[in-house]
Amino acid sequence: MQLQQLADGLRARNFSSRELTEAVFSTIEQKEPVIGAYITLTRDLAMRQADRVDELLSAGLALPPLAGIPGALKDNIATSGIPTTNASKMLADFVPPYDAFVWRILKQQEMVLTGKANMDEFAMGHSTESSAFHLTRNPYDTTRVPGGSSGGSAATVASGEACFALGTDTGGSVRQPATLCGIVGMRPTYGLISRRGVTSFSSSLDQVGPMTRSVRDNALLLDALAFFDRKDAQSVAQRTDSFVADIEQPFGQPVIGWPQAYFESDDLLDDVKHQLEKARDFFELIGARIVPIDLEMLDACMAAYYILSSAEGYSNMNRYDGIHYGHRSDHAETLEEIYTLSRSEGLGAEVKRRILLGCFALSSDNFDAFYMKAAKVRTMVVREFEEVFRTCDAILTPVTATPAWHLGTHPEELGGNKYSNDRFTLPPSLTGMPALAVPAGLTDAGLPVGMQLIGPRFSEGTLYRLAAAYEDAHGLLPLPGEVKA
Amino acid sequence: MSITDYESVIGLEVHVELNTTHKAFCECSTTFGAPPNSQVCPVCLAMPGALPVLNREVVDFAIKAGIATHCTIEPVSRFDRKNYFYPDLPKAYQTTQNDFPICTNGYVDVASGDGIRRIRISQIHMEEDAGKLMHHSEGTEIDCNRCGVPLLEIVSEPDARSAEEAVAYLRKLRAIVRYTGISDGKMNEGSLRCDVNLSVRKKGEEAYGTRVEIKNINSFNFVARAIESEFKRQVELLESGGMIVQETRRFDEKTGQTYSMRSKEDAADYRYFPDPDLVPVRVTKEEVEAIRKTIPRMADERKASYMATYNLTPYEAERLTEDKEMSDFFEDAVAHTSYPKILVNLILADISPLFTEDTVEYPVNPVSLGALSDLLGEDEINSNTGRRILKSLLENDFDPKAYVVEHQLAQINDRSALESIVQAAVAANERAVKDYLGGKEAALRAVIGFVMKETQGRANPLLVEEIIREAIV
Repeated sequence: MQLQQLADGLRARNFSSRELTEAVFSTIEQKEPVIGAYITLTRDLAMRQADRVDELLSAGLALPPLAGIPGALKDNIATSGIPTTNASKMLADFVPPYDAFVWRILKQQEMVLTGKANMDEFAMGHSTESSAFHLTRNPYDTTRVPGGSSGGSAATVASGEACFALGTDTGGSVRQPATLCGIVGMRPTYGLISRRGVTSFSSSLDQVGPMTRSVRDNALLLDALAFFDRKDAQSVAQRTDSFVADIEQPFGQPVIGWPQAYFESDDLLDDVKHQLEKARDFFELIGARIVPIDLEMLDACMAAYYILSSAEGYSNMNRYDGIHYGHRSDHAETLEEIYTLSRSEGLGAEVKRRILLGCFALSSDNFDAFYMKAAKVRTMVVREFEEVFRTCDAILTPVTATPAWHLGTHPEELGGNKYSNDRFTLPPSLTGMPALAVPAGLTDAGLPVGMQLIGPRFSEGTLYRLAAAYEDAHGLLPLPGEVKA
Repeated sequence: MSITDYESVIGLEVHVELNTTHKAFCECSTTFGAPPNSQVCPVCLAMPGALPVLNREVVDFAIKAGIATHCTIEPVSRFDRKNYFYPDLPKAYQTTQNDFPICTNGYVDVASGDGIRRIRISQIHMEEDAGKLMHHSEGTEIDCNRCGVPLLEIVSEPDARSAEEAVAYLRKLRAIVRYTGISDGKMNEGSLRCDVNLSVRKKGEEAYGTRVEIKNINSFNFVARAIESEFKRQVELLESGGMIVQETRRFDEKTGQTYSMRSKEDAADYRYFPDPDLVPVRVTKEEVEAIRKTIPRMADERKASYMATYNLTPYEAERLTEDKEMSDFFEDAVAHTSYPKILVNLILADISPLFTEDTVEYPVNPVSLGALSDLLGEDEINSNTGRRILKSLLENDFDPKAYVVEHQLAQINDRSALESIVQAAVAANERAVKDYLGGKEAALRAVIGFVMKETQGRANPLLVEEIIREAIV
């Protein structure tokens, strides 16, 4: 059931929030041993929240649409009194004394929290395999990765272990796992959702994103999240009244850009390319105008992204030093050892790799050649996209070059590369523009494929409208079959 | 060659702790002396996901400092991160302005010998303080109350040529931060801290020598001593054929010498880059003009106005404006008297020592001091009585005019009343009168003293003397 149907059902007293929450937890009990989507489950809290909503509804109160509906949060979103580990040994015991802005406002809207979802450590990764705790398996094929870094969030929604989830997206960490798990994931305009209380990986790129089964669910969730926050300096006040309402606007004759170069890469799997071409033809059929566009900076985007995100990540990770909170080595005798041993023990390989890359790119000898050059590329990419959006309403691209790959392997087995497989998600991250990942069918092997719709800043409504038209005509993806144990 | 053939070339970096109500990037209080770690929050403790938001008051204070030092206020400036590990720095970076500071290209004029030396200011930038470490035998404790307290760093060009000029510049800066109200400027509490960059060269040479930085000196006196000792060290080193090494040194207050801390090769790479959590700082012309109007008149302007309005000497005016509180006090008091000159004498002789770094309130009610000046100016009391009343006023406030009536302290200016007392005095001091008539001028004092004693010190001494002279001719 979609979120609006659940909301309606709760109000019609067809079922209670308690019943809905118990049903979700029974799915969790059944599937979690295999899927491994969560780090922390908050069953007791969930039941209390559900009972409260049932009481409020019985009392005849009008509640926001998300009230009483169980959802999951990625474990880098601070939840007061509930562990927020970032899937890192460094913060394995960290319980924040504060709430992230998004959690606070969803709590005010009476959502029910199922738990904290698994992720790549500190959101650095593509497969959730860099979690310090355990693997998460793809609900469509449990021998495969769910993607990452918001892999746990994507898996909760795809498996029915949550009705919705929040992820975070720095370079594609909402859109890529959404696609690999066959769900909808939005990276909104930078600043539309407050980052306060969300662990910083790369501050200029990080965004919270809604992850849902359907496009309308996603719009409904974004409506609940897009509020100005004066305590996030990058928060922007601009928003529409309702993204849900935007979907119902007339489709009109939107112009959709088709970046030829994106579809000519060797590593783009034929199955993926084929599904995307079908989507393109569908949009044309229902009245959109498809125009070929030149976007030449995809490779430069990748270099710029890894330099900038690692540079900021390096600086943001240095606070985990074993001094004030978090893991401190038992073997440290000196100050130097507190730093080196605590960090060596507490941080995983992928995080260390990014720290070293960022440390290198910012060092005074390399700053101009790496950091400054990457910053210039970023400016050029913004200009390139602004130019395209003078004539286009949206751009249609792949999300990933391949569907989900096998756990413990790299996408090379499908003709891809660990770091370049999801390079298509990088330009919107660098430009701060919104990008929506929507399921675009299955491969012959039954694995989900996704399309990415990118628009200019604050065009979320347009992206939802396009995606909803596709979804209305094609239906939701079939749910994952019986989970292979 | 001798030491007199050399001159020192001195630049100063001054850190001013701002007395904003809240920290630079969170809403924690900045009050000095609170219990350890009682003024902290997730932002200044650098908890995961905590975000900084610039406190605009910091920008306003930086603009005030910029205006007062004739700087250009930049329409756009930016914060950068200075990355390094230290236990007093929870974020592991200091938020500072490295590439684009808020104020640039200013100056301060200071007295030097008979002339004036202009010390140029290259930039003023905003940054934040770190916490405090307390080392004990059992280990080290960290107090994060000061983490994130806003600072201005005021960087001068290498324009000072002596310890006197450097200290004059520091005194001027302190007066400026106190006049503008942006800091209490207390060196003993660390709200004004100073790094000195010093090189030496032979007089008449253009090129600069190799520069040495002396870190964190915390009194004017130590700044002067550090400069003198470092100047001497460098000259002696050069004279003995040695080379100056670019390095950071510290000043030891006990020995009065500087000691090497680290050489340039050991300098850390801070990996500066723009802070992505903060947006650029924008300042409009209108904002600058609005802030300009709120700045109290600076010392130089007040000095000129005092000389013109109250006919004060340059010395009197300079003394009065050295300290903003004292100057404010004068302005408050002068509104309550018709005798500004007498007021100034009272302030400079008896009140000025009471204005110190730690002065938080006026030592005496300015209205009462104005009234006292009037009593003196109108000859209602004599100067002895004036001094006695002032002494009482310092203990507790009262209305001097009523006090004089109540305690019958009014000066006796009534000639006929004094004449009878003088007659008695002359009769009782025959010998002194004879001596006086015989040419001993000083002998008259005994007669005057008698009259004063008889009148409990209230007789007008000038009038008494006049009557005596008339009486014994």
